[in-house]
Amino acid sequence: MSENTQTDEPTFEAAEYADGTVTYPPHTVSPNGAERVGTVDLAEYEARVVTWTTSTATPPGVREPNTLAIVEFDMGDGYDGPVVRALGQVEPREANADGEGADDAGDVDVDIGDRVEPVYADELREPGAGIREPESQEWDGFRFRPVE
Amino acid sequence: MERVAVIGASMTRFGQRDAWVRELLAEAGAAALDDAGVDGDDLDHLYVSNMASGEFEGQTGVPNALAHDLAATPAYTARIDQTSSSGGAGVYAAWQSVASGASDLTMLVGGEKMTHRTTSEATDVIASLTHPVEYKHGVTLPSFAGLTARLYLDEYDAPRESLGKVAVKNHKNGVDNPHAQFRKEVDLDTVLDSPVVADPLRLYDFCPITDGSAALVFCPESVAEEYAPEGEYAVISGIGGATDTHVVHERADPTTMGGVVDSSEVAYEMADIGPDDVDVAELHDMFTILEFLQSEDLGFFEKGEGWKAVEEGVTDRDGGLPINTSGGLKSKGHPLGASGVAQVYEIYQQVTGNAGPRQVEADTGLACNVGGFGNCVTTAILEGSQ
Repeated sequence: MSENTQTDEPTFEAAEYADGTVTYPPHTVSPNGAERVGTVDLAEYEARVVTWTTSTATPPGVREPNTLAIVEFDMGDGYDGPVVRALGQVEPREANADGEGADDAGDVDVDIGDRVEPVYADELREPGAGIREPESQEWDGFRFRPVE
Repeated sequence: MERVAVIGASMTRFGQRDAWVRELLAEAGAAALDDAGVDGDDLDHLYVSNMASGEFEGQTGVPNALAHDLAATPAYTARIDQTSSSGGAGVYAAWQSVASGASDLTMLVGGEKMTHRTTSEATDVIASLTHPVEYKHGVTLPSFAGLTARLYLDEYDAPRESLGKVAVKNHKNGVDNPHAQFRKEVDLDTVLDSPVVADPLRLYDFCPITDGSAALVFCPESVAEEYAPEGEYAVISGIGGATDTHVVHERADPTTMGGVVDSSEVAYEMADIGPDDVDVAELHDMFTILEFLQSEDLGFFEKGEGWKAVEEGVTDRDGGLPINTSGGLKSKGHPLGASGVAQVYEIYQQVTGNAGPRQVEADTGLACNVGGFGNCVTTAILEGSQ
């Protein structure tokens, strides 16, 4: 994730292209070949769960179990490009004001169609535990937390 | 463009093997040369399909090693890596070498050595094909399968049991394959009660980790009878390769594999046939859900109807369109670089009438090899020569 230079808040950076398309992650050009013209911070948008799974056989450095979801962002009425989706870990629900309703880490309550919000995590997976060179990529990012 | 014939084939026993990748490749390569009745120094080109010998065992340069071991120098050699579809990509490269006239005799050997690694390590080597934004969340190929299976069951109102029936069918077929890793039937209850791996998928929805190798020998059809009598060789009548997005969640429909659609359209057009003309197929059932997706995206069944074909027995060995008579990756095993080669090996055996107890009535067969989660695909169509 990139840092927002004005606020130092982490951003969930997607790319916007000259043809109006938005993609996550950013690519050199849009699916139609249009050049990049800007960025969009997906942390400002809500999304819905397209599908989810809980993986019980996780690779080195990954939490176990690991609930993952593909989500689709609600980009608003002004956006008419292809759907914008992301894949990410699911954050357990927080307890309500009465201290109730919280998920256990291994028993995340999520379903297709649920509304979720992005929640920043400074380390999604232990760098260097797996095969990928730790310096080759970022390891922080956004999980998705179900919202009522 | 020359039409290309397959005149020899072999595969090692798949499973947990003591041999390392060099030895596995040499075992299959020597057997295929013997099957074709040629020597190593007859080869113009020698290709090796392999995803990750460097990552798995620290052995790189495998085509050079194989050429030396089989006395095939000075043949042109190259390693073909297209992840799990390295085998299919190797078939494409070998076909291209002969079709273009660059080679009069080409051998392709696919192989991988994996079982010395833990499941966690092997899963991570394979998952390293993913985009950084996927990898950092701990995504694995099995978790892509779980995500897609849940969506498919939900969208098409398919029962969970239908996925289990793919495993039951393919294990049953594998019993008659002497090269298969698992030659044991499983019942539906065993599949449905096995441990969860990527909800809703369970252990028996997944292929195993495997060592093994397979090989094919190619020449122009115009000279095939110099090596094999009519009926004992096969012709690659159509072949297509295609690529889908690297990032899986960016696909318009997560239950459609665009690479399968696109590669098969090219292969069908080249062969001048349609899906209804295919008599037998080997599909990349690394996970049970993939057999549904591919059987639909190849045009065998309407979208969302693939599961019904399994329920109705259409894809059984004695059904209208037998799928994975070899046992598939599910039962036969999945040594990454070897799998696409072994799929064509099975179709070659079927269309030449040499499949033994697995034999079905088949003049035309299709093999569909998938890399990543549909990221790269090769579809090949073989016809018998009689």
